[in-house]
Amino acid sequence: METVLAVLCGLMAAASIYLMLSGNIIRFIFGLVIATNAVNLLIFVAGRLSSHRPPLIADGSSVPVGEVANALPQALILTAIVIGFALLAFVFILFYRTYESLGTVDTEKMRFAEPVEGNEALGADNSKGSGA
Amino acid sequence: MGVSLKHRTEWIVRASCILPLVLFLGACAMVPAMAAGESYRLSISWIPALGVNLSFMLDGLSIFFALIISAIGFFVTIYAVDYLHGHRDTGRFFIFLHAFMISMLGLVTADNVIALFVFWELTTIFSYLLIGFEHEEEASRKSARQALLVTGAGGLALLVGFLLLETISGTYEISRMVPQASLIGAHPLYGAVLALIFVGAFTKSAQFPFHFWLPNAMAAPAPISAFLHSATMVKGGIYLLARFHPILGGGGAWTCTLMIIGAVTAVGGSILAMGQSDLKKILAYTTITALGIMTMFLGGKTTPSLTAAMTFLLVHSLYKSALFLVAGIIDHQTGTRQLEKLGGLLKFMPATAFAAVAACLSMAGFPLFFGFIGKEIMYKGALAEAMCPELAAGAAVLSNALMTAVGGILVVRPFLGRPVGYQAPVRETTFFMWCGPVVLGGLGIIFGIVPDLVGHWLVGPAVHAFHFSVEDIKLSLFHGINEPLLLSIMTLTLGVGFYLAHRRLFQWINAAAEKIPVTADRVYDGCVGSVARLGRLQARIIQNGSLHRYFFIVAATFLFAVGYGFLSRAQAFPEVMPPLLAWREWLLVIVISAAVITVLVTRILLLAICALGVIGAGLAIIFLTFGAPDLALTQLLVETLTVVIVSMILLRLPGLGSQARNHRGRRLFDALLAAGTGILVTTLLLALLSTEMDRSITAFFEQNSYLAAHGKNIVNVILVDFRSMDTLGEIIVVATAGLAGYALIKKRGSG
Repeated sequence: METVLAVLCGLMAAASIYLMLSGNIIRFIFGLVIATNAVNLLIFVAGRLSSHRPPLIADGSSVPVGEVANALPQALILTAIVIGFALLAFVFILFYRTYESLGTVDTEKMRFAEPVEGNEALGADNSKGSGA
Repeated sequence: MGVSLKHRTEWIVRASCILPLVLFLGACAMVPAMAAGESYRLSISWIPALGVNLSFMLDGLSIFFALIISAIGFFVTIYAVDYLHGHRDTGRFFIFLHAFMISMLGLVTADNVIALFVFWELTTIFSYLLIGFEHEEEASRKSARQALLVTGAGGLALLVGFLLLETISGTYEISRMVPQASLIGAHPLYGAVLALIFVGAFTKSAQFPFHFWLPNAMAAPAPISAFLHSATMVKGGIYLLARFHPILGGGGAWTCTLMIIGAVTAVGGSILAMGQSDLKKILAYTTITALGIMTMFLGGKTTPSLTAAMTFLLVHSLYKSALFLVAGIIDHQTGTRQLEKLGGLLKFMPATAFAAVAACLSMAGFPLFFGFIGKEIMYKGALAEAMCPELAAGAAVLSNALMTAVGGILVVRPFLGRPVGYQAPVRETTFFMWCGPVVLGGLGIIFGIVPDLVGHWLVGPAVHAFHFSVEDIKLSLFHGINEPLLLSIMTLTLGVGFYLAHRRLFQWINAAAEKIPVTADRVYDGCVGSVARLGRLQARIIQNGSLHRYFFIVAATFLFAVGYGFLSRAQAFPEVMPPLLAWREWLLVIVISAAVITVLVTRILLLAICALGVIGAGLAIIFLTFGAPDLALTQLLVETLTVVIVSMILLRLPGLGSQARNHRGRRLFDALLAAGTGILVTTLLLALLSTEMDRSITAFFEQNSYLAAHGKNIVNVILVDFRSMDTLGEIIVVATAGLAGYALIKKRGSG
């Protein structure tokens, strides 16, 4: 199972990168969601899928009896899921506001901070100021 | 109120002349002790672990410089109050001026080379601020930046030189380096140290080929030119050479370099001075000449040669600061500094004219003036030199003759001759402005009458501080009929000749200057321009404003850096276990993969959102299957919320449309990068899985979860107990994201 899940992790990583490179912020968000999931799965698999039994301690005993699943990666992933969700929620709102302000979902057309035409003109001005 | 405030500012800055006055009197009080050959050290611990201390040493040389700095600082301060009358930045000007003066005094008294470097750079910075004082003019800003870059770069070279000196001698204290001179001279790094310290000194003291910044620095107000760019800061390099003379001055490389560079600078500067028509430019080029002469004589090793350097330094500081102040007065009263627009000022400005005549005669080296003494000792020093005395004497005669001619021009053209038509009636300036040049020019006469006193109290202790010989230093007016006198006569004759021909020389020099293809100024412009071009080029490549470009660089860096690190260390390809899966597991993996591919290819927004939900839910089932019910629960909850929010927000956006990528090539590269990263992730994970699992940390939690923390759900215990601070951090992240999101939505509401 680990081997197959490792391949699935790779597939999800590749898909997320391809989506984030697409230049459309909606696809970028999809890529981000998949990347979050891919990393969680990666941590989970890296902790080995050694047992189907959850890491619980039975009543009457002070330590788990028999082999239980690895608790450490579970704790890490639990944190990661929540933080990932917080990040996603923020990014959703941010992108939505960006769309509202700039009127496009194409990141190549979002040139408010780094304008294409102005960039050249600005550069030429700078060179005049410092070079002449 | 504005008027009274300005009035008050003027009185405060006028009162600030007390500072240089007190410093001057303090330095005067030290003179007898210095003449007796004493020196004082004071050390304040600064960074003791590195051997860097704020240590100062007062000896003949530093007091000599301190006297010049504080005396000229005093006259410049009172002069500048009236010069800047009504200027809105008067207060700032005087803060910079006095800060510069303190830095300069620190520079000439520092014993620790690191402290010296700090003061050195401080003078550079204040020089930058003062050259650029009229910061609204582009020429000012450009000149200020040029001076900063040239002298700042020299300062960095100097720092490296100092650090090398420390590795050789094991100390940062100059006074402790002196006894190790022979060790330093024999060290293989001696050449590098020498070159670096020369670069520092030459940039500061405007030696060829770094001379070009000084004439441009004339954009500064006249009192600044008088103070920084003739009398004090540009002599910082000369001071450095004198200070390190006993440490580095043993070899032939020292003498040769300084003689040649000094001679080239001296002659070149004086020739260029003849080609100028702006009063301040003329003075700037003759300053370069003077600095060249001092450098040349510091290359020597004999007492007369070094005495010549120090005497001339004093001569030059007096007459040149006086002349700069006179130039400022002329500019201030007539509105021009161009020679051809001036004439007949003697009638209107007698006091200024007196100062100018006295200073020019000292510069021209007429007998009875201090300049004459300086010239005599110069020729004596040149002839006493073991290494090529003809070169030194020749360069000195030629540049002195040209300076004589310049002195003639500066007296005759603005002050004598017929008055030209001035726009407004020209009046003598205020007492505060003319008293400085009159006193400084007058000192040229007084020192010329009592040269033996000057030699005994000022020049002698200065020379003995860095030249340890028992030879007495005597300055006198008349040495008898000998070679120096003959050279002096020759200089004056030549100088008169140059003066008579100066209009023709002016044309020749300017015609010749136009034909020179490469000048240091243009090389500087080229260098600065190419830095700007390089910056623009790299911004265009890596910071072009495209998110795609940025993300591509990040992902490619990950792929190549991690991939290279992995491949260079991997012993063998990870062993792949043949998958033995139940059909339910196969089904699960296939469904998730299909959902991922659906998100990749679909153009239907709702389908993509559903597929995302499938991926999240699939992961939850994987967690559930392999003993992680808590994860599964959280994952399902979050995934549901994500789908809801995504639907809410994304359905308001336009659809996915077609792929935004226009080029096929770009799509191919993106796909290759993505596939490569995916393969790398899979390989890394497989490699990890083929290693032995270390469960010791998990074992600790398993053992202690109930016994220490009284919880039976180990995952929960880790989160809320063992790693509770991490969980607190997580909550803070969530809260911050919530607040930030709220702020974004709220902003829209308030417009």
